[in-house]
Amino acid sequence: MTPDPDLKASIPPSAGRPPPSAAMTGGPLTPSRAGLRAGFWAAVPVLLAVIPFAVIFGTVATKAGLTTIEAMAFTTIVTAGASQLAALQVLHDGAPVLLAVLTGAVVNLRMAMYSATLAVHWQGVPMLWRVPAAFFLHDQSFALSMARYSHRDEPLATRVGFYFGVGMTTTTVWSIASYVGVVFGQQIPESWGVDFAVPACFIAVLAPMLRGTPNIVAALVAAVAGVALAGLPAGSGLTIAAALGIVAGLIARRRLVPRQGGQTPGSNAA
Amino acid sequence: MSTLDIWVMILGLGVITYAIRFSFLGLLAGRDLPPIFREALGYVPVTVLPALVAPMVLIEDGVLTAEPARITGALAGVVLGALLRHVLAAILGAMITYTVVSALTL
Repeated sequence: MTPDPDLKASIPPSAGRPPPSAAMTGGPLTPSRAGLRAGFWAAVPVLLAVIPFAVIFGTVATKAGLTTIEAMAFTTIVTAGASQLAALQVLHDGAPVLLAVLTGAVVNLRMAMYSATLAVHWQGVPMLWRVPAAFFLHDQSFALSMARYSHRDEPLATRVGFYFGVGMTTTTVWSIASYVGVVFGQQIPESWGVDFAVPACFIAVLAPMLRGTPNIVAALVAAVAGVALAGLPAGSGLTIAAALGIVAGLIARRRLVPRQGGQTPGSNAA
Repeated sequence: MSTLDIWVMILGLGVITYAIRFSFLGLLAGRDLPPIFREALGYVPVTVLPALVAPMVLIEDGVLTAEPARITGALAGVVLGALLRHVLAAILGAMITYTVVSALTL
């Protein structure tokens, strides 16, 4: 159930109000309150996926030896769970810290695509809002905003507000739930399969994206290469395996998918 | 893991991740990626995650190992996640399967 307080704002912008691009010449654009509220309500169901992931990160981080302050700084500054777990794993395995950072960065590269896609919809939004907006750019805020933008013809101020509403909600809950994991995670019995929690999280994020032949081919090649190259220094095998998978995906889309454009680039994002 | 290493990781990954997020939104506003680069980035999540997970599931102490609990747990997560498109269901399914099969094979 997602009550929608934003119904009035979804009237086409042509009805008596200036088109979104007028924000460039008119007064400074401000995210609308109606948009913020709509974003908050849209984020609520997604929290079901955000909370367990954050609790697991908090648990794993303390088990790996991070102090409460370190774990909380990490999760609040980076706010990208898969990359945090990956970097931590590499560092914990004894690899140099630069490889840990590289590994986390590779996991987060997909956000460059989110950034480019969002920028297309945000033409006319002043830098004042772009700077904080980048901090809130993650899987949920991107996916929910793109779904909203494609289904509703709303003014830019509402769209920007919606994005911030989702981003601030998920990011805040992410940090709080991480703290719950840091404080209470040690009390979770070992027999509950906590040592499998990290791969389980990665698999849960990955599995819904395995749509279409090119994505599946890319994933299989990367998995096999990942296992074959596991003996290389931590982080470097991952990077090479991902690169091989990407090339396999690019080839598969051109060779194996008969219809041209059947799989649009980036459609596996959300 | 020294304290210095941990803070270098936190701040290093924090700065790089922010830079990635800000890249096109801020510095290259309005400019789009070349199509091939965009398509390649689209494959990043479906390649990085399997490359991370597969060794965790299949390698133990540096040796290729078919450990029933980890394999069935991973398969349960993939099937549930792909069919239901539900992150929580996939996490729970994978962890429960792993726990049950571990108990059975002990």
